Amino acid sequence: MSTVSSAVLSSLALSTQGLDKRFGSLVVASDINLAIPHGVRYALIGPNGAGKTTLINLITGMLRPDAGRIVLGDTDITTFKPDARVKRGLVRTFQINQLFPHLNALEAVTLAVCERRGVAGEWWKPLPAYGEAVDEAYAILKSLALATDCYRLTRELAYGQQRLLEIALALATRPKVLLLDEPAAGVPRGEGAELFSAIAGLSKDITVLFIEHDMDIVFRFASRIIVMVGGRILVEGTPQEIAADARVREVYLGGDAP
Amino acid sequence: MAVSSSAAFDPNLYLQAQTRWQPIEYAFWAATLLPFLLFPHHLVLASQIAITALFALSLDLILGYAGIVSLGHAAFFGLGAYTAGIMSKYGWGDPFVGLLVGPAVAGLAGYATSFIISRFRHLPLIMITMGLGFLLLEAANSAEWLTGGSDGLQGVRIGPLFGRLRFDLWGYTSYAYSLCVLFLVFLVTRRLINSPFGLALRGIRENPVRMPAIGAPSRSHIRTIYTISAIVAGIAGTVLAQTTSTVSLGVLDFQRSAEVVIILVLGGAGRLYGGLVGAIIFMVARDQFSGIAPQYWYFWIGALLVSVVMLLPNGILGGLARLTSSWRDKAS
Repeated sequence: MSTVSSAVLSSLALSTQGLDKRFGSLVVASDINLAIPHGVRYALIGPNGAGKTTLINLITGMLRPDAGRIVLGDTDITTFKPDARVKRGLVRTFQINQLFPHLNALEAVTLAVCERRGVAGEWWKPLPAYGEAVDEAYAILKSLALATDCYRLTRELAYGQQRLLEIALALATRPKVLLLDEPAAGVPRGEGAELFSAIAGLSKDITVLFIEHDMDIVFRFASRIIVMVGGRILVEGTPQEIAADARVREVYLGGDAP
Repeated sequence: MAVSSSAAFDPNLYLQAQTRWQPIEYAFWAATLLPFLLFPHHLVLASQIAITALFALSLDLILGYAGIVSLGHAAFFGLGAYTAGIMSKYGWGDPFVGLLVGPAVAGLAGYATSFIISRFRHLPLIMITMGLGFLLLEAANSAEWLTGGSDGLQGVRIGPLFGRLRFDLWGYTSYAYSLCVLFLVFLVTRRLINSPFGLALRGIRENPVRMPAIGAPSRSHIRTIYTISAIVAGIAGTVLAQTTSTVSLGVLDFQRSAEVVIILVLGGAGRLYGGLVGAIIFMVARDQFSGIAPQYWYFWIGALLVSVVMLLPNGILGGLARLTSSWRDKAS
């Protein structure tokens, strides 16, 4: 991909131009150019160490790029802090659970809703006075089949439920662009597909980019696929194009891949 | 929070139940009046306990709820105490005026340092809070013209409450005053920890990495609670200066910072009543043990601390909560 003209930019949900990041001599991201239109379901694939999670860290502001630009909608967010990016609708989940062990699921999601509504700094009214936020949190939990267990502490939830809570927390922020870092990591295969059905059922207003290793899931749920190798984007295309690409077969799908 | 999960249970009703006053809380506050009847000769001690409880409550806000460890919290206690003491020396001895200005000064210092505090965690944070405590202690020590240095502040004159109730030697007024202030601050604190902001603090304690990813400005939250905590510590210091009419360098001492951490850990951090229960146990133990062996009483505090932390990792209240929930499980 070459440089994207600014006329195209505004119709994109998320784009990056020339993102570079290195740790010492190790190049973890090199000249990353993305142009992701609204509402598309993108899969980001690549062998271990290809720089997929690093790319998510760069886009969400958890890492600072050495060079390049990140544009969300029509706003350049390259210098924004992570929480400011979330406020603008750029939200991620984590490959390894980043939850609140001693909050129950209802409290955790209510917290995320309160932050979005801008009331989480209010200390003079008790939580029951924020019924709408609580109802909203409960509705999100219900939509992910977590309502029955929402009064249990997060650390007591089954692992699969914790993975769902990861997504519930992200949804509570009302994302425009949702970056899912291996949402089904560690979940048994059958449940993984179930989890992705929940993701596929999300509103088409939400643009989704997910990292996933299970190729059945990738080809079932992604409308476009980005392949990364060694900190670079090797190729981007539709599932059919990727499946037919000789280079991809060589570095990734070839050999003993399932 | 181990509520049995029923699908029909309404989330708002659940939260109301969580924040409702429990019978044990009414009993606790009713019991705080007992010293007037049962121990009229120990009201001075009771007043000291109430002040220590207030100080521990202020630490609980940052340590227990937001997970911010401080070993220099006496700085704000001392600022409140010195401000109230110095004001009274120059004719501003009305308790309520002191109760406004002392905590305000502590709060300003808290707000100023919160910009440093909110950038650090864990060991660096402990070192920074400790260092700030030392800075203030030595500043007070060297500013003899203002603080009286190591001789303590001379000429503290606290006026009577409402213009008529003097702080007597028996401690009636002192305990009534300390207890009222403690209760009012407790009400505000209880409201705070049950609010969305209180939830955000627990979020910071539980997972500071996730907070920005749900759009939370953690640093700004930390600045707010650190300032509030400093104000409450300042209130405690102010009340101590007013009820005892003395202010010495001891109010800024490292030992005071360390003791309040011990008190909170003993009672149970992050439980609202932990600091209160811890203060009662610690102060009564000190009173009793120092009667037995004045020089070695810290030996017993050491023994108490080690055994509580080993056997009850969530403090005395945490242990009690576990006990009652296991009884309930057996009963049902």
